Amino acid sequence: MRTTLGERLTDWSISGFMWGFRILIVLIVVLGTFFTLQSGKYTGEQWIDFIVFGISQGSIYALIALGYTMVYGILRMINFAHGEIFMSGAFSAYFLATWLNTVGFVDANPVLGLLIPILFAMLMSALIAMLVERVAYRPLRGAPRLVPLISAIGASFFLQYTFRGFFGPGVYAYPPIKALEGEWVIFGIGILRVQVIVAIAAALIMAILYIVVMRTKIGKAMRAVSEDKDTAALMGIDVNRIIVSTFAIGAAMAGAAGVLYALIYRQVNFFMGFTPGIKAFTSAVLGGIGNIPGAMLGGMVLGIFESVGPALFLDGLGIIRPYQLKDAIAYTMLVMILLFRPSGILGERLTSKKA
Amino acid sequence: MNKRLLALLSLLVLASMILAACGTPAATEEAPAPEEPVATEAPAEEEPAMFECTDALGCVEIAPDEPVHIAYWGVLSGADSSLGEDSKRGVEIAIDDMGGQFQGHDILLTTEDGLCTPEGGATAAQKLATDTSLVGLIGSACSDETVGGIAAITNAGLTTISPANTRPLLTDPNRGPDYAGYLRTAHSDAFQGKAVAEFAYNVLGVRKAATIHDGSAYAEALQQVFADEFTALGGEVVAQEAVAKDATDMRPVLTTVAAAEPEFVYFPVFVAAGGYIVNQIRDVAGLEDVKIAGSDGIFTADFLEAGGANTEGMYLSSPDFGAFPGGYPEFIEKHNAKYGGAPLSVFHAHAYDAANILFTALEEVAVVEADGTIYVPRQALRDAIYATQNFQGVTGSLSCSPSGDCGAPVIAIYEIMNSDPASWDPQNADNPNPKKIYP
Repeated sequence: MRTTLGERLTDWSISGFMWGFRILIVLIVVLGTFFTLQSGKYTGEQWIDFIVFGISQGSIYALIALGYTMVYGILRMINFAHGEIFMSGAFSAYFLATWLNTVGFVDANPVLGLLIPILFAMLMSALIAMLVERVAYRPLRGAPRLVPLISAIGASFFLQYTFRGFFGPGVYAYPPIKALEGEWVIFGIGILRVQVIVAIAAALIMAILYIVVMRTKIGKAMRAVSEDKDTAALMGIDVNRIIVSTFAIGAAMAGAAGVLYALIYRQVNFFMGFTPGIKAFTSAVLGGIGNIPGAMLGGMVLGIFESVGPALFLDGLGIIRPYQLKDAIAYTMLVMILLFRPSGILGERLTSKKA
Repeated sequence: MNKRLLALLSLLVLASMILAACGTPAATEEAPAPEEPVATEAPAEEEPAMFECTDALGCVEIAPDEPVHIAYWGVLSGADSSLGEDSKRGVEIAIDDMGGQFQGHDILLTTEDGLCTPEGGATAAQKLATDTSLVGLIGSACSDETVGGIAAITNAGLTTISPANTRPLLTDPNRGPDYAGYLRTAHSDAFQGKAVAEFAYNVLGVRKAATIHDGSAYAEALQQVFADEFTALGGEVVAQEAVAKDATDMRPVLTTVAAAEPEFVYFPVFVAAGGYIVNQIRDVAGLEDVKIAGSDGIFTADFLEAGGANTEGMYLSSPDFGAFPGGYPEFIEKHNAKYGGAPLSVFHAHAYDAANILFTALEEVAVVEADGTIYVPRQALRDAIYATQNFQGVTGSLSCSPSGDCGAPVIAIYEIMNSDPASWDPQNADNPNPKKIYP
């Protein structure tokens, strides 16, 4: 051992600080929860509301996170334009849904009126993602890893400001669907219909994705490319085709998420993809990037923490205006999970080949 | 083959974007000059000898063939762009009224986007501060932009008049030396918050109120004024919550508000956040029938678009257009003829007055040489603006206080009667949407 006393002291103080940080956060969580629950400020119904809000937000994060994680699984790159793919899906659906609404189609066939915009958004998002992949990523396939990352950020700005150029900087209101208004009473608790529909739709879409990846030929090929691109090519798999389909499928998820997002929040704007994109990326890392069930879990965990966290952890400690710290809670949780499990909740230990 | 097709496609996309960009007004636009600049007949009384600048902040020299350069800064993009765009139009109309010229020089108006954030305001201000050809500024739009940028502007010797900032502290007597170059024609929210509190307590008869703000300099201060005034009247403020400016999921914070059981929720935020709140507030148990109100930051048709049907029955405070003393209908006529539609937000007339105050002061202090060269002493210009007394503007008789308050604040409360953005026309007194209900 050639480490000097000074170096060892530095090591100790760093790890001591990290442990102190962990203990502090755990203490805040435990004490905050205790005091909040003791104060009895919120009723049981309100706690359930918090969790339901979190699930609907989380299922949207999860859908977007899938695209990040799938592309990472195959190309080991972060597709930072993914938030904009989400936005373009929401925009395409907005125009179609507004038209369907004015001709009265949605009121007559609520199910189709919901389904058609979702399918259309998935298609448009997939097309745009394929174009982005072809123009911004494929020419850089062999380049150092930082290069496609920068190109992705460029693509992100390009898409944002293209939409801004065409449709202006203003806010568009997504048309309300009458069938989704009001509440359903489930186990004696009123839950907004739109929340239920969004959660079910997201779960369905994710189930379909899981079947595609695990049971179909193209899914098998995807997993093979993700394991080892060169060997997969030797086995007769068209790697380029698989990469394009991965982008398309991930983008379709984001497009569907865009419509679900618009159904809940009823606003469409050229900048709407930025924050959900970052949050979904956080979810993907949280769940273990490259891992599909991990992305779903990560999204849900993040959504629920964001919704419940400010009231549960901070309210009881007497912190005023806890909702301004919502993002701080989300990212602190990310740090904590990465401290305890560096590869994410469901992440496998990366082999040297993958990392 | 495939590659060529792709290249062609991307080229097409690029071309269409460039075309689209040309369609929107460019950042720099020269005011129309109806006639050729003529040399002024009557040169100033000064000797033809070289003008000597003795001004503490230096002078701007405008050569005979150069334009008089002023700038507008404020938010021009994003969800809050209607606020800044609206004020910019007021400045443009004031320039039109000058015939696009000052002392035979064209008036050049450039714009900087402040993004409605302190950082954006600082960037815009620093850019303006380096431009030595600038004579004076109109702006900013959001109070946050001024908080971020005013030091750079004051220290560069420039003076700005804001038509739209309402944060009370900006014209506080103890506001600090960085604000020496700052005045405003907008009302201070000390008046607006009071008007909303009185309306809620006396007219609506509510006793328990809650507020939500977005952490911006504007909203944070305004809801505090409201809370103080409401408490002073005898009401109780049961919750004062805040969200991040880019927050979209408002239901958790609204659930916390609901736990305090308010009868009245006041959220003086901007368009995007306001839209999210009003869209989600009726979904939260306990807030289905609560009375809701916002302020001038969302007094725009864009808010109806963002907020949808739930905006109906909501209250908004704003300058009282019916109380503007004179010339306002004529101004609106000019506005609607020039831009093909009603004003976007509430501060167009304030911007028009701000620009005219600037031009009047400029008239007073500018030294015009025989060859048409103009010298503008900067400290003298600033002093002349501060010395403005009983200026007959569209928004009222304006006198500037030593701490920069020039506004004649008259606040009204309007009720949204119809959520269709096309029906929005507050300047038309006969129009039922939005309807003035107080005072």
